[in-house]
Amino acid sequence: MEEKPQRIVLTEEQRRTRRARSIAIALALAALVILFYVVTLVKGPAVLNRPL
Amino acid sequence: MSTLNEGAQFAGRRMPPLAYEPSIATVTDYLALMKPRVMSLVVFTALVTIMIAPGHIHPMIGFTALLCIAVGAGAAGALNMWYDADIDALMSRTSSRPIPRGRIAPGEALAFGIVLAVFAVAVLGLLVSWLAAVLLAFTIFSYVVVYTAWLKRWTPQNIVIGGTAGSLPPVIGWAATTGGVTVEPCLLFLIIFFWTPPHFWALSLVRVDDYARAGLPMLPVVAGVEETRRQILCYSLALVPIGATPWLFGYAHALYGLTALAAGALMVMFAWRVCKQREGERTNRAAHQLFAFSILYLFILFAVLLIDARVVG
Repeated sequence: MEEKPQRIVLTEEQRRTRRARSIAIALALAALVILFYVVTLVKGPAVLNRPL
Repeated sequence: MSTLNEGAQFAGRRMPPLAYEPSIATVTDYLALMKPRVMSLVVFTALVTIMIAPGHIHPMIGFTALLCIAVGAGAAGALNMWYDADIDALMSRTSSRPIPRGRIAPGEALAFGIVLAVFAVAVLGLLVSWLAAVLLAFTIFSYVVVYTAWLKRWTPQNIVIGGTAGSLPPVIGWAATTGGVTVEPCLLFLIIFFWTPPHFWALSLVRVDDYARAGLPMLPVVAGVEETRRQILCYSLALVPIGATPWLFGYAHALYGLTALAAGALMVMFAWRVCKQREGERTNRAAHQLFAFSILYLFILFAVLLIDARVVG
């Protein structure tokens, strides 16, 4: 009989902290999208004209 | 609370240690990895510089610059904790950091630090100024490679030369606002550069046993407590005129100049106490007071610089 593939079973703490980290990453990415959107609006066509 | 060495179960059974352990790090652990207290002083000095620099910067662009500087500082802190995890575990002041405590695996801290550093530099360059981005990249490099990996375990002058990294945020803020670097931000750089040794050596006087246990060549460990006290006083004396240079060079008004001189005099007074108090607990108390006041000193100088420029000027 074929053996079932074994897999790691996360503990409750591991599952909880992983969810919190996932939410934090999602929020950070969303903030980055908003940041780029707002700065593009603020700079307008000058968004590509940056001082060196 | 469990650590990385516990927790994983494999098909319902306790397993021997795995090459990969599922992480139990919380968001708070990652925030601690970014050294938020160090970051707050970096952000404050950069914020003041962005606000006093000549020319107009849109508040959103200024906020973006500040965010990138903060994240860059956090990245440097995370990479510092990754590299120093071995000695952090030996010192009571640092043994509760996320890596020695087993909350975050070293590899996770390394990846976190690199990702933050790349994002901070890239976003600063793309949205604000490439000169500011280059300066931020140099700051992170200076803190992680020059200070942490090279100087810290090699020479008692580690925090003197390594102070460059902590002194650069005002220069980055200035470059972000004006697109260039002039004398004014260099004076602010000098103030923080000369402020760093008495600030850190005051702490190292209290933690001398910690540093000796970890084998770090901090000044009191290598040259002795007496020499450290003397050097603290010398740097504090030098800081009095250097702190007033924005006024002496005509970039700030008398309000800033007189405040800087008065705060500098207090700094010398606390340093003098460190030199004179040599009996048991009093020695540590004097060093603690100097350490605490040095933080207040930098805060006062930059706060008054902002008031001087925005209200008086």
